[in-house]
Amino acid sequence: MIKIENISKSFDQIKVVDNISTEFEKGKTNLVIGQSGSGKTVLMKCLVGLVNVDQGNIFFDNKSFDNLNFSNLSNLRKEIGMVFQGSALFDSMSVLENIIFPLRMFTNKSNDEMIYRGNEVIKRVDLKDANNKLPSEISGGMKKRVAIARAIVLNPKYLFCDEPNSGLDPKTAIIIDNLIKEITEEYNITTVINTHDMNSVMEIGEKIIFLVDGRKIWEGSKQEIFDTDNESVNNFVYSSELFKKVRDIQIKGK
Amino acid sequence: MKIFFHIGSYFLMISSTFRKFTKWNVLKTLIFREIDDLIIRSFGIVAFISFFVGGVVAIQTALNIENPLLPGNLVGFATRQSVILEFAPTFISIIMAGKVGSFITSSIGTMRVTEQIDALEVMGINTHNYLIFPKIVALSLYPFLITFAMFLGIIGGYIVSIYGGFSTSYDFIQGIQLDFRVYHLFYAYFKTTLFAFILATIPSYHGYYMKGGALEVGKASTNSFVWTSVAIIIVNYIVTQLLLA
Repeated sequence: MIKIENISKSFDQIKVVDNISTEFEKGKTNLVIGQSGSGKTVLMKCLVGLVNVDQGNIFFDNKSFDNLNFSNLSNLRKEIGMVFQGSALFDSMSVLENIIFPLRMFTNKSNDEMIYRGNEVIKRVDLKDANNKLPSEISGGMKKRVAIARAIVLNPKYLFCDEPNSGLDPKTAIIIDNLIKEITEEYNITTVINTHDMNSVMEIGEKIIFLVDGRKIWEGSKQEIFDTDNESVNNFVYSSELFKKVRDIQIKGK
Repeated sequence: MKIFFHIGSYFLMISSTFRKFTKWNVLKTLIFREIDDLIIRSFGIVAFISFFVGGVVAIQTALNIENPLLPGNLVGFATRQSVILEFAPTFISIIMAGKVGSFITSSIGTMRVTEQIDALEVMGINTHNYLIFPKIVALSLYPFLITFAMFLGIIGGYIVSIYGGFSTSYDFIQGIQLDFRVYHLFYAYFKTTLFAFILATIPSYHGYYMKGGALEVGKASTNSFVWTSVAIIIVNYIVTQLLLA
């Protein structure tokens, strides 16, 4: 479980994250949604320690991020897996090398053991015939799978995904979303996903927080988001014609 | 005032580079890769430039000392002094600021743009040590490259002098042996070592702290070349003033 208390972050006196408090639950896919520029990515960067918060606290299973010493912070980081928006694969390494990179850095496993573990996660993310290819030689969907495999190879307790299905076709996007949800349940990890894709919310959203201009406007479940009276949430949820039609059909049905 | 911010950030980066070391097995591979990229792949261009510039130095010296009262060994002497004291350490370092410096800035800058550095940081890796330390170690072999440049510069001067009719083989060899001071070699290698450190770190700084996209990677490479050259020239002046004046 990850708990955040009143965290804020400004860049050049512009508040990008404004006094956000919430809890991300273990074993669930927690979604942070909002329009582009609403502060989702900065919030996630604050959570993983890439950006220092101006105020507030972040607790990973009751351990405060701020109060950890250097060695404990390093240990905590090893429990964090992250899937970046652009996958962030190391372009000079093959797919297999990318995936076993955290093992090489943080374990004393032999080369054979690392390759065995690498192949295990490759199988888990359903990646075929790509072990020796470079990231530039594989498709966007495969890159996301490699990024997920790299993120879970050390059996993390926390998984962060920044717009994991951006740039993917709708079918592949749903496959990636479901893969993340399955992994979350299987490994019982705390997963936080940034997205502005309502399809993702429909598919995998268990706990959702909605941001506008860096502020948390709404928090709830997938079921609740379609019934809320909050105008900002409704504007966001029903911004596409498809969802407007779904709402009209629901209203007519009632 | 911004310059002081950059100077401060640069020195913080250097101090962080020597902390929290990456696992030796990984570091070893990175060091060998950097030696290949930064040193071995530079031998060709260094050989080409050194040979011809050595030749040009010899020709220009010969053409400027037509007075028969001047000794014939002056061409060899002047070529040796120019090549060892200035051309090989400084001129080649400026060339390397373009070749190696741009390579370092663009490779680290691309990693920054594509979030690869963020990915390393999330894993808890000291990215300064992981990215910059292997380059510093690889460029500690830079004096070998400069030795090669010195050797080929003098050979270039010798061949051009003999085949161009500017000097005799005997005179040229007499010239390169004349008044040889080991202290000059110490001076040359001392500043070469400083230049190697500059070549590894200033381009790394420009790549690491760049912001933006692909276009900014290009701009960062250009800035890196300019500031690396400026630093080399300033350090060259200071070292020369301290050690030779």
